[in-house]
Amino acid sequence: MDNNKVLTVSPSPHVYENISVRKLMYGVVVALIPALGWSVISFGIGAIIVTLVSVLSCIAFEYLIQKFLLKQKPTVTDGSALVTGLLLAFNVPSNLPVGIIIIGALVAIGMGKMSFGGLGTNPFNPALVGRVFLLISFPVQMTSWPEPKGFGTNYIDAQTGATPLGILQEEGDVAVPQLMDKMPQYSDLFYGQMGGSLGEMAAFALIIGFIILLYLRVISWHIPVSTVLSVGVFTGILWLADPTQYADPLFHILSGGLLLGAIFMATDYVTSPMTNKAKWIYGIGIGVLTVIIRVFGSYPEGVSFAILIMNAFVPILNRYIKPDRFGKEVQHG
Amino acid sequence: MKRAYRMNMLKTFTKGGVHPPENKLSGNKPIEKLGLPKQVSIPIAQHIGAPSTPVVNKKDKVKAGDIIAKSQGFVSSNIHASVSGTVSKVGEVMDTSGFRKPAVIINVEDDEWNDSIDTSSDIIRNISYSSQEIVDKILEAGIVGMGGATFPSHVKLSVPEGKKIDTLVINGVECEPYLTSDHRVMLERTEEMLIGVKLIKKALGVDRVLIGIERNKPDAVDHITNFVSEEEGMEVYPLKVKYPQGGEKQLIKALLDREVPSGGLPLDVGVVVHNVGTALAVYEALQKNKPLIERVVTVTGKSLSKPSNFMVRIGTPVKDLIEAAGGLPEDTGKIVSGGPMMGKALNSLDVPVVKGTSGILVIPEREAHRAEEFNCIRCGKCVDVCPMGLEPYLLKQLARLERYEECEENAIMDCMECGSCSFTCPARVPLLDYIRFGKTNVSQLIRNRKQK
Amino acid sequence: MSSIVIYTILSLSGLGAAAAVILYMAARKFKVYEDPRIDEVEEVLPGANCGGCGYPGCRAFAEAVVKAEDLSEFYCPVGGNETMQQVAEILGQEIEEKEPQVAVVRCAGSFENAPAITRYDGPASCAIESMLYSGETGCPYACLGKGDCVEACDFEAIFMNEQTGLPYVIDHNCTACGACVEACPRDIIELRKRNKKDRKIYVACVNQDKGALTRKACRVGCIGCGKCVKVCPFDAITLENSLAYIDPVKCKLCRKCVAVCPTNSILEVGFPPRRKKAKEKSESVQSESKGEN
Repeated sequence: MDNNKVLTVSPSPHVYENISVRKLMYGVVVALIPALGWSVISFGIGAIIVTLVSVLSCIAFEYLIQKFLLKQKPTVTDGSALVTGLLLAFNVPSNLPVGIIIIGALVAIGMGKMSFGGLGTNPFNPALVGRVFLLISFPVQMTSWPEPKGFGTNYIDAQTGATPLGILQEEGDVAVPQLMDKMPQYSDLFYGQMGGSLGEMAAFALIIGFIILLYLRVISWHIPVSTVLSVGVFTGILWLADPTQYADPLFHILSGGLLLGAIFMATDYVTSPMTNKAKWIYGIGIGVLTVIIRVFGSYPEGVSFAILIMNAFVPILNRYIKPDRFGKEVQHG
Repeated sequence: MKRAYRMNMLKTFTKGGVHPPENKLSGNKPIEKLGLPKQVSIPIAQHIGAPSTPVVNKKDKVKAGDIIAKSQGFVSSNIHASVSGTVSKVGEVMDTSGFRKPAVIINVEDDEWNDSIDTSSDIIRNISYSSQEIVDKILEAGIVGMGGATFPSHVKLSVPEGKKIDTLVINGVECEPYLTSDHRVMLERTEEMLIGVKLIKKALGVDRVLIGIERNKPDAVDHITNFVSEEEGMEVYPLKVKYPQGGEKQLIKALLDREVPSGGLPLDVGVVVHNVGTALAVYEALQKNKPLIERVVTVTGKSLSKPSNFMVRIGTPVKDLIEAAGGLPEDTGKIVSGGPMMGKALNSLDVPVVKGTSGILVIPEREAHRAEEFNCIRCGKCVDVCPMGLEPYLLKQLARLERYEECEENAIMDCMECGSCSFTCPARVPLLDYIRFGKTNVSQLIRNRKQK
Repeated sequence: MSSIVIYTILSLSGLGAAAAVILYMAARKFKVYEDPRIDEVEEVLPGANCGGCGYPGCRAFAEAVVKAEDLSEFYCPVGGNETMQQVAEILGQEIEEKEPQVAVVRCAGSFENAPAITRYDGPASCAIESMLYSGETGCPYACLGKGDCVEACDFEAIFMNEQTGLPYVIDHNCTACGACVEACPRDIIELRKRNKKDRKIYVACVNQDKGALTRKACRVGCIGCGKCVKVCPFDAITLENSLAYIDPVKCKLCRKCVAVCPTNSILEVGFPPRRKKAKEKSESVQSESKGEN
């Protein structure tokens, strides 16, 4: 027998599950494809340009910062910059000028992610950091929403209109039921036939993405479900209290970036809590904050801010919300 | 009887767990008797607790079954010669960690057995012992937990004052991938094993016996169900396949929905758990007067030409087993004693089989190495899969920073090192390695505190 | 526009003033009396917070020193006698001088001398590797080469040699704080008396196995033959468990033991090259010790 063979010795376990950071990230990318496809169909060439610019510049910035600023081994192939780029694109209007997108990507990757040490260490969702930075810096460009007119070659000069939430905010004095006539139908909301950010409008595509994420075991259902449920419950209470003043829950769930935020942004691994109990609290927090901002705040949409605010609470949630320990509840003897 | 189990009603434990590929390559291979080796090296510390003291000297003649090392203290165990021959020396042999440990080395001559041992294959069904006699006999026969923990069995059967035991759980789960030794024992030595179970039941004085077997061994479930259908108080439960169901605490949770308290023993919830291999050893010790000198070992691996289950004398070098299973494959990268989740990688093939060796797993080179480590992406999968409800990512970080008090506060000592966290981590963070390191230091801390 | 600027300045200044007042009050109210000598002592300490004194940092050491009646139990290995003298002056006490020490790596099992027979695949940590098994080489006492000592050192005094896989100490950086000694799971690093010109003679081996086993695992392991014990004129060498140990205090650096050692496991460092007789051997040893130092 060959006794000179150099055996490998390592601590147990000796087998590993067939998953990796890379696979999980590409799983998210796959789940984003339906929504991306739908926005290309509805917004045309603009969606493609915005997405490409955002993705490429996120990847480029991550590579450059790691290589030249931090002098680390670049890890762009892990796919996290790709996901950030896609999500950033999903969160901006499809007629946003290229320059602004590049600035957004720089802020997302540079400020949101690499300044904290790269993947796994950032407290806030990088794509949202980029998005909110753009929203505050370029409010006009960031809130001129092109209308989905089917695939076309219009980019910057696409025809724009208001989002349903925008209408709700602008015309606050008018009773809601009257406003509803101006609004798209629920089926339009479901199939993304209204103005909005590139990837946020088509509820059905996002729900397909959610199913893909669950199927690939990339995320657990807790955060999206708790977020959407709490928005539903909270707006439901308001709506029941005064239907003339407040829009109904289904409208709130289907409009704006709620589904995109709940399914893809809030569930970002790095910036969401670890335990299922904490995920519930986190999701409910996002839902309640979103509704507060939408209904009582001066911005028509509040998902991004709500997620960023709850991101800040994640370390506290992780610190104080522990999983149920096995055998801890039981009395000795 | 309880044949009418339905798939969706299968029991399992509730918290965490993973599904490693089963790879039970040797599941349909009957147990073969392995030929006698030329020399055996029998370590005198094969169990948890105090090492035994050798009672033989160089050049002594021994027969199989003769006692060669006496137990020291309550938590300890006797060691017996597994072969007949001459003691070549009372020296040292490499253990699974590569350190030299005291051992008795015997040159094999013929195959003579101690006269008191019944070597026939007749099954003796009549139980003529009192419960105290059973415990004494188990102590004498040097029986330890055969599932791998090697905790002396008589200790588990000696219920302390004030504790009430109502259930005996027999562990036929074998949740480790690859391993099939318990499976084969349940299929081929069913009746003997069940007599062993009855003996343990009598020693404990309990009325209820639950036998837990994972669903991936339907033949064993059916077979044993047939046997126990006329028995009073014995029930077989097929369980959902989930690792680490073979852990005592998980198995009790699955079968009885009782949670062993943190830091406690199954005794604290009125349960004693024994492995099927142990039950067989108990049968042989009492009905055949045969001490624990051989055991079933699975020798397996993807590139091994003949994955097998062998009945092996304690002290046989691992290389003999691999030779009998078709020789060491060309592409061998790692050899593990035990299963792939909790087993220990060997650094030499000269290591002997001991009482706790349930399998030898040959891992090919392509699967022997760890993948590149990424930053923790805080996905929380380790928290999800931890069967003890711990936070592996946190414990790893705290252990690495040597913040042992905080490790203790976060229940690091509850970790049973099942490896589910490392198994599932997508960033391949060596979670368990650091947790183990933290546990060592925390137990040091606790010891120091007790001394003060 | 200008009114905005004025308001901004005014409100911010007001805020700052209010905060200052509150902080001042809080500082007055919650002031804890502290022995001023603690600060003085801390001032003369090196401030490395290495823990070599046995306290979690310089401040803790200062507090303990000021409280203590007697200074003989305290020693700052980094600052050495000079610092301790200053501390004693502040506290008006006398101290005894201590011998300066230096860390010495007692293993010469380089890749060449003790070839790896297995390959370790796990976290790069000696502590974890030593918990797992006996190590990559055949010697269960040998240096694991994962650099826990390097990690522990606050003074850039110990580094890994890529060629040999062993750590080496940079003597003039070493403060003998003992962090590496503590970090080494194999107890290979020892604090030994610092001799003139940083000369050293020591057994570079801690293997307690019998000679035959040691020889199998490593070419330069101590086999416990006892030749050095016999040749030593100062009774400085003891043999226990097949391992020779040279008492650094008794040793007079005569180098007789180096010449008789059959496995070259006694190293001499910092000596001028030998002449005549043992020339060949000393060369080989010198080249060895170069790798060490």
